Amino acid sequence: MIEAILNYELLRNTFITGLLVGLIAPLLGAFIVVRRQALIADGLSHVTLAGIAFGMFLQKQSPVVMLTPFHFGMIFSVAGAIVIEKLRSVYQGFQEIAIPIIHSLGVGLAIIFIALANGINTDIFTYLFGSVAAISRKDLILISITAVVVVIFVFILYKKLLALSFDEEFARVSGIRARTVHYVFVILVALVIAASIRIVGVLLVSALMTLPVATSMRVAKSFKQTIWYSILYGEAAVIIGLVSGYYLEIPPGGTIVMTASILLGLTLLVKKINGSGKRGGERS
Amino acid sequence: MAKPLVTVRNVFHRYDQHDVLENVSFDVDEGSFVGLVGPNGSGKTTIIKLILGIEKLQEGSIEIFGKPVQQFKNRGHISFVSQKANSFNRGFPATAREVVGMGLSDKTTFFQSSKKNDKRIIKALTHVNMQEFADRNIGDLSGGQQQRIFIARALVSQPELLILDEPTVGIDTDNVQQFYQLLSKLNKELGITLLLVSHDIGTITTQVNDLLCLNKTIHYHGDPGEFEQLSNEERSRFYGHDLHVITHDH
Repeated sequence: MIEAILNYELLRNTFITGLLVGLIAPLLGAFIVVRRQALIADGLSHVTLAGIAFGMFLQKQSPVVMLTPFHFGMIFSVAGAIVIEKLRSVYQGFQEIAIPIIHSLGVGLAIIFIALANGINTDIFTYLFGSVAAISRKDLILISITAVVVVIFVFILYKKLLALSFDEEFARVSGIRARTVHYVFVILVALVIAASIRIVGVLLVSALMTLPVATSMRVAKSFKQTIWYSILYGEAAVIIGLVSGYYLEIPPGGTIVMTASILLGLTLLVKKINGSGKRGGERS
Repeated sequence: MAKPLVTVRNVFHRYDQHDVLENVSFDVDEGSFVGLVGPNGSGKTTIIKLILGIEKLQEGSIEIFGKPVQQFKNRGHISFVSQKANSFNRGFPATAREVVGMGLSDKTTFFQSSKKNDKRIIKALTHVNMQEFADRNIGDLSGGQQQRIFIARALVSQPELLILDEPTVGIDTDNVQQFYQLLSKLNKELGITLLLVSHDIGTITTQVNDLLCLNKTIHYHGDPGEFEQLSNEERSRFYGHDLHVITHDH
């Protein structure tokens, strides 16, 4: 496969993208999980699909449209993220309701635009399940920029995000502008989801943000360790998943998530055998 | 005369059509240990939120360190331990050290666990006698230990004023006594001004040096010892509610 990666640009782009999303998806995933917003990725990935289908529909109408379906996916995802934050402030006591609203809106729009854009075709299939050879050079550049932006923001906002995730009231009293940080965070999540979709697909993108974190929480002793281990598990899942997907000719979404699940299963088993599986959830 | 750190004047506050605070005025003087008591629903938490700037002031004025609360930006000078602090998710994967570090959150980034910050965190943990637990997971600690960690988180920014809203809820009696000893130490040795909110009037009067009874408005402001000398009816009247004082003999 190494030879193929060196020789074929699309494959090479996919591999680099895989390494990038293996870093940024679990990085934000660690915050998503402790904020109990694990479903947000599912909601936003379906809005992204609506954007992709809208882009395909536009391309069918007018082949000269400058933006690709991938770009529209990103735009829809960010817009969906902003709507989620707005809905969360409207439904103060029932904040979790924002996610199913956005999720169903995304699926509804996606169905309409997919039908208008010629129904289910190979392209849509790769967006749903991921692909090992779908990343153009332009996509790679956009995904790389996204990764850099995400890492910089998390680096700068780390303590604020952590404090807000742990105890929002205290964080606000300490002078943290909670609303601004929430908006920035959810927009970053939207960007990461749009960037990850080419690799793992709409249906499984949330798994890449949550499974490595779920595994990490069983072994990490601190929040910082949780992040590092999540990235480690995320990268392992992406690399093993992409390589096995390539050889088995299976969309990588399936192989990546299966690898992440196996890593989780093994970790749970080892912790159980060692009799020290206390971390992450049992005490909540 | 000690200068006031907090000046509350003629504050009125309503939620929907319901009056929560009516003409509330009081000062919190520098170096004092003020107890704010009142029955449930008396507006204690509301006045605290107004002082902390997390609830918008509707009528009246509040000054913090001589500045109107709306313009007060120096949040490190005033810190807070909430009654909700111990209702956090016990599975949260953070160490005591990380939780205390959250008190420095407006100044640091991912890698900025500088030696200076580390020193401040350990110093705050030492004040509450929890330095040995720095690397333990917060969820693994007992209720009383967690409360000490939250105090350390409030102390790490080296505040001049510490506000505590029902901090002893959910803590067993032995730990409550230790907790008050800790507060007394913070007040006397570190010179931190304390504003302690509680519905437990029995214990609080023996600990504080200035007592406020709030039930929509201030019914009593003065020496807690004098309050103790009053008859039950008078105390009930000042407390603004039927009062059954539970005495804590120690």
